[in-house]
Amino acid sequence: MTDEAAELPVLEAGPEVAEGEVLLRADHLKKYFPIRSGILLQREIARVHAVDDVSFELRAGETLGLVGESGCGKSTLARCIARLYDITSGTLTFEGADISQYSRRQLRPVRRDLQMVFQDPYASLNPRKRVGTIIADPLRIHRAGSRDQIKKRVAELLDLVGLSAEHINRYPHEFSGGQRQRIGVARALALKPKLVIADEPVSALDVSIRAQVINLLDDLQDELGLTYIFIAHDLGVVRHVSDRIAVMYLGKIVEISPAEELYQRPVHPYTEALLSAVPVPDPDLSASRQRIVLEGDVPSPISPPSGCRFHPRCRYATEICTTDEPPLVLHGSAGHLAACHHPLSLDQPLTDAGAAERATAPTAD
Amino acid sequence: MADPLLEIRDLKVTFRTDDGLVRAVDGVNATLNQGETLGIVGESGSGKSVTMMSVMRLITDPNAQFEGEVIYKGTDLMSLSQSQIRSIRGSGIGMIFQDPMTSLNPVYKVGWQIEEQIREHEKVSKQAARDRAIELLTSVGIPNARERVDAYPHQFSGGMRQRVMIAMAVSCNPDVLIADEPTTALDVTIQAQILSLIRKLKDDFGTAVVLITHDMGVVADMADRIAVMYAGRIIEQGTQRDLFYDPQHPYTWGLLGSIARLDRPRPRRLAAIPGSPPSLMRLPAGCAFSDRCAHSFDRCAERPELEDRLGNGHLDACHLSRQQKQDRRDRTIHPELVEERP
Repeated sequence: MTDEAAELPVLEAGPEVAEGEVLLRADHLKKYFPIRSGILLQREIARVHAVDDVSFELRAGETLGLVGESGCGKSTLARCIARLYDITSGTLTFEGADISQYSRRQLRPVRRDLQMVFQDPYASLNPRKRVGTIIADPLRIHRAGSRDQIKKRVAELLDLVGLSAEHINRYPHEFSGGQRQRIGVARALALKPKLVIADEPVSALDVSIRAQVINLLDDLQDELGLTYIFIAHDLGVVRHVSDRIAVMYLGKIVEISPAEELYQRPVHPYTEALLSAVPVPDPDLSASRQRIVLEGDVPSPISPPSGCRFHPRCRYATEICTTDEPPLVLHGSAGHLAACHHPLSLDQPLTDAGAAERATAPTAD
Repeated sequence: MADPLLEIRDLKVTFRTDDGLVRAVDGVNATLNQGETLGIVGESGSGKSVTMMSVMRLITDPNAQFEGEVIYKGTDLMSLSQSQIRSIRGSGIGMIFQDPMTSLNPVYKVGWQIEEQIREHEKVSKQAARDRAIELLTSVGIPNARERVDAYPHQFSGGMRQRVMIAMAVSCNPDVLIADEPTTALDVTIQAQILSLIRKLKDDFGTAVVLITHDMGVVADMADRIAVMYAGRIIEQGTQRDLFYDPQHPYTWGLLGSIARLDRPRPRRLAAIPGSPPSLMRLPAGCAFSDRCAHSFDRCAERPELEDRLGNGHLDACHLSRQQKQDRRDRTIHPELVEERP
């Protein structure tokens, strides 16, 4: 069976790390949510470490995938980048300007270039507004043209996302989930942004519709030269759309790598476990695959484990993992970083399960 | 072969609404044998959940109308009174649902909820029921079950709640476990835990499982036989191998093609199915999939029956000839792979 998978022609070895200029850069980004107690004096009794010291760069034209389980902080990170949340500490540089402490007023011009697509197309569109109004709102708020120009632009946008101009006067409830997500995409693109942050844009959609929306986002990127941050918990979807992928666990990036490389040569044990947990739609392969079933749940981000945050669930963990936090460092080829004291790599002797896992992984070379 | 454990015969479920009749399930036939896992795959609105909810007689909507028979161990469940069906739910057929938070009662301790279920079906003392609850919680992998038995549902994580649901569903050793999207609300690592738990229960107790899901990966992992549903009907049914290695219906091809797979090189584009599932009130006259199907032709205006067209027990409802299916299948599932071949 593995042979069959290997025999398939390589369609695309995975795009190279984008060479564009740096569009966005996060340095030691932190977002803590206070937990307060008491009625009159709201004392802060604890903090949720939602995003804890995250640094990365995003180049123009690339797609960065963010994966991780619920509660790992991927959505909080997205909202910090869009500055929908205030940042606790750290800097966020967008097109050369530090926007981490910008006021609402200062953010307004930035938001033209930085838009979001949300997960739930049922909740993110105002049910009382017509589709035309929903898509025109960002244009009106940013005074992007006369009424006629806006009307023309809305028709263009509807066409761009595969809807027709006659849908302009309909309400969101008249559309299916996939069509609503197209409306959400049209709204995000209205101001011709440079960066689009898509937070689980296809998770709420049926499988067949999911593929349509992914293909649409793909086409739009080619047509408009967009940069994406694409958040999803579905590792297949993330691999399909991303040039690079960052894996998050309990508020931290534990591994970041060019997309194909991450799937073929995971370095962090968490990434390895995550990949092995994805069910494969091929019975033979599924039966022959070694699965790493992680014990337990993700610990609470209120008091994350000491040292490496993954150590209580990690099968390679040793003494050092409980005390020292591993830094995110380069492993092997360009741009592949991971934070682990016991990195998995090709040069190291593998455990049986790791070897079997790797043997069944498709090879692209 | 022995009689099947559960047999659904020509089940039809219609709902009367202000806008007309909705045919949610339109003539479903299926069997479940001892100890096997039947996967039911379909998108939202395909009728997969309504089918199994009807089997359990859990649809109480007065606007719902049922036709057909559901034979469980020689009894037609559709003809039973509410009290008779209650004795079968739980003890004969257990069910777990997608969202464990809404299916557990938030104001009762989980142990109490399991005990109540045991005492409903069996004459045992309170203490014996409690011991059994602790034993069950341990067997589904809840650490510290002796203490956790007195916890409330909100004190559990999503994966742990699903374990509690499973403990409850298997508390009276049912022969059949119906799992309706049991892992859809869970993360992949937790999904792997729950699926391996279901597999273990099945192996240990020989329970037959009906697994309802939209995820082809999950059925590839779990199911012995698979039925694919579309717009209230089964459009293809066969063994797991039939469905994955010799799929016959263009809708099944579409489902397989639209998955972003980790076990294959990534294609430039996914083979999406155009359009969206039809409204159950205005189904096309012939094949319900014909308006989204790239291969439809004039015969599709006439409704294809689910038949054994290959002569090996692999059923499908598509008018295309065997040869046509053979020729077109790969092109539909992975168009790019085929283009590149000389």
